[in-house]
Amino acid sequence: MDDKLIFEKSSNSRIAYDFAEYEHKYALSDKYQRKEELLFPEVSELDVVRHFTNLSKKNFGVDEGFYPLGSCTMKYNPKINEELAGLRQFNNVHPLQDEKTVQGCLEIYYNTSKLLEEITGMAKFSFAPCAGAHGELTGLMVMKKYFEERGEFNRKKVIVPVSAHGTNPASAAVCGFEIAVCNCVSDGCVDVEMLKGMLDENVAGIMLTNPSTLGIFEKDILTISKLVHKNGSLMYYDGANLNAVLGYVKTIDMGFDIMHINLHKTFSTPHGGGGPGSGPVGVREDLVKYLPNPIVEKKNDKYHFVYSKKSIGKVSTFYGNFNVVIKAYAYILSLGKEHISDVSRLAVLNANYIKESLKDEYILPIDRHCKHEVVFDGIKDHKVSTLDIAKRLLDYGYHPPTIYFPLLFHETLMIEPTENESKETLDGFINVMKKIAHEDIEVLKTAPHTTIVRRLDDVKAARFPKVKYRDLL
Amino acid sequence: MQYKYFPHTEKDIKEMLSVIGVNTIDDLFSDIDDSLKEKDFNLPSSMDEISLRKHIFEIAKKNKELNIFRGAGSYNVYVPSIIKPILERQEFLTSYTPYQAEISQGTLQYIFEYQSYICELTGMDVSNASMYDGASASFESIMMACNHTRKKDVIIADTINPNYLEVIKTYSHFHGYNLKFAKSKDYILDTKDVLAKIDENVACVICQYPNFYGYLEDYDFVAKLKERKILFILIGAPSNYAYIKSPRELGADIACGDCQMMGINMSFGGPYIGYISCVNELLRKLPGRIVGLTEDVDGKRGFVLTLQAREQHIRREKATSNICSNESLMALNVCIYCACMGKKGMYEVSDIRFQNAHILHDELLKHGFKDVNKNEFFNEFVLEYKGDLNKISKQLEKQGYLSGLIIDKNKMLFCATEMNSIEDIKSFAKMFEMKEAL
Repeated sequence: MDDKLIFEKSSNSRIAYDFAEYEHKYALSDKYQRKEELLFPEVSELDVVRHFTNLSKKNFGVDEGFYPLGSCTMKYNPKINEELAGLRQFNNVHPLQDEKTVQGCLEIYYNTSKLLEEITGMAKFSFAPCAGAHGELTGLMVMKKYFEERGEFNRKKVIVPVSAHGTNPASAAVCGFEIAVCNCVSDGCVDVEMLKGMLDENVAGIMLTNPSTLGIFEKDILTISKLVHKNGSLMYYDGANLNAVLGYVKTIDMGFDIMHINLHKTFSTPHGGGGPGSGPVGVREDLVKYLPNPIVEKKNDKYHFVYSKKSIGKVSTFYGNFNVVIKAYAYILSLGKEHISDVSRLAVLNANYIKESLKDEYILPIDRHCKHEVVFDGIKDHKVSTLDIAKRLLDYGYHPPTIYFPLLFHETLMIEPTENESKETLDGFINVMKKIAHEDIEVLKTAPHTTIVRRLDDVKAARFPKVKYRDLL
Repeated sequence: MQYKYFPHTEKDIKEMLSVIGVNTIDDLFSDIDDSLKEKDFNLPSSMDEISLRKHIFEIAKKNKELNIFRGAGSYNVYVPSIIKPILERQEFLTSYTPYQAEISQGTLQYIFEYQSYICELTGMDVSNASMYDGASASFESIMMACNHTRKKDVIIADTINPNYLEVIKTYSHFHGYNLKFAKSKDYILDTKDVLAKIDENVACVICQYPNFYGYLEDYDFVAKLKERKILFILIGAPSNYAYIKSPRELGADIACGDCQMMGINMSFGGPYIGYISCVNELLRKLPGRIVGLTEDVDGKRGFVLTLQAREQHIRREKATSNICSNESLMALNVCIYCACMGKKGMYEVSDIRFQNAHILHDELLKHGFKDVNKNEFFNEFVLEYKGDLNKISKQLEKQGYLSGLIIDKNKMLFCATEMNSIEDIKSFAKMFEMKEAL
């Protein structure tokens, strides 16, 4: 197996590009010129293609196998969406062209917002945020702006449940809020009694995802939103788990005022190894004026950018990850009203099927109907760690579930199968999970055995950081 | 319920429900209050693939592709043909963040190579795995500097990209930083004003190189900053640094900006890719993911996400940033571009941009434009015009040109790249003469 860096394949004077001949008529003053030598590879075009093709073989994607990574909604990324987003008329337009010449782009933004408005009940979406955490931050800025406008500068606190994604408290901190952590009761739902005690005149809002990160629907959601609103605070919905209730519950009906959606989770755009994503933020009617500038409106069959004087301002260089939005738009149109609710229904069916099938071998801390994902607390008797199980799954050709999150249990295994997986695929996975439960402990502790590299030394990587090619010379 | 993305047959569903021990799928939603269950979603009917393709083709046709002489943060650049097929490989496209290192060596290695390229170009010691875009990377750099120095005042050159400035203002307002704007004259930073604004509360000075207007500024205040332990942040496009002085050579502590110029389509503004790189002393203040080299249990070389104790999934509200998903696939785009251009091509593409911009500049001077200063520029520059630029811009658009960006009523910011041929440049410049006559 080829395991060299491209820098190690370099040979003097090879090239992988060509430009037409040109004249060096103008020269930059010496004082502005770079002096240090550039250590870049010198390779041929085929060298480049082979290098990356071989690198790709060291990865694992949704297209090749089951990827039940909890909280990440690793659903199928339809090929038609890629084709449509790749159209040259979308790729070759400059973001600062006149509105008249980019009506197609504006229409995509406008139409996608309309669809998301119908799905969630929010009044308008901004596509400026480039990822989920970026959406959280933007939504929290809207929240803060709302209280600033009302002169309620005392509202400096945001409540986050202990089970929340790490981005929630981190986003609140970047937005300049103080964080107050609310506990969960034994079924993973918010401790409403504790919440009551936390609500006071300093609370701006609460960030929740529903179902929670334990995959359990927050049954007291209407009570919670009433309490929060009565306190004059706002409800923020983290759309990370929207797939569980897509086409089943409208976010606004649960009492949420602000939300973000991860288009790269719920709306099938590819994760790309960690982005580009898109984290549109939607708000209720009276908060639309605070959304990032600009938003797109339609007038006399023409699309326009609209700038609000009350807006929080800009949060990205231009208008967000436009190309990703095209893919989500195509996906929603393909689903249509006929299939949208089957997304959540089948995702929930799949998760519950795994839950029932594995609860003899794995510890099920919350034995209730789950939603789109199920959480186990490791293997019965804890004979090996969750890490060992995850690593052993690699030998069987599966991407492991999310491990050690949420933090409520010691050996968390969080499985999210998505609606795209067939019963045969789930049965295959269930059989392997059962088999692992009875395997020799030594085999599990030393897994994986068949991958191109085996367990890697994280401590060494952190103690002596080598983070670029020059560090190896 | 037959639909191409759902594999479930009626028989499957029945069997699965019986294992679960319920009668219908709706029983699995019995914990949801009935009042919350929405019966009717007013969405369009499901579109088959042929209709969907037609629908989106029709929308795409409403865009107009123009012959581009505008930059201002988004550049019409050459995208090598090999980029698209590699980006579309499912192993890269459909994978998640490389948390399971043993089956993510592909992603981890290209991030390591990306970090190497960014460090090489900027001259910095470390880079992270990418940020959303240039604007957010600029604010995150400020946050690094303020955390490191434990100060909250920021001196910011008013010659940086105005969109970046807007984003920095938004973030700073909510986070609680004080921005002090250093003035400029004739589109060049007044470095005396930077010096005048320095006091004990200042965490950093942030400038853009070349500045938003394309000009190369002289940062004669750097020694003073070092003396007072104030950090220097430089915004810029890494590809330019194969040609002009790198941020390290200019004395910067943090280099940030956008890599869009490295083979990424304009795509109406995104996705692009922000970057942050810095000196070793600031390593633990870097936001986001970092890939490091290590060994497996057999002593074989491999890559892992490292120094994760800085990140939100470990440190929560105490993390260096809230960033999680970044722009990983765009980092791969940058890697392929850098490998393709190589040592010689990185210099050459910048030289072509430089030559073409200067040809454009000289041609425009022949057709009614005047310089606004005598400073050297890279591939963008500002010219003054006596006619009505608004009117002319609209005329040019009808002829298929995207002219420079109007930045003042009689001033225009022009840009040339490797995509503008000399013939194009000459005929574009001539258009101004014709319009003037109209």
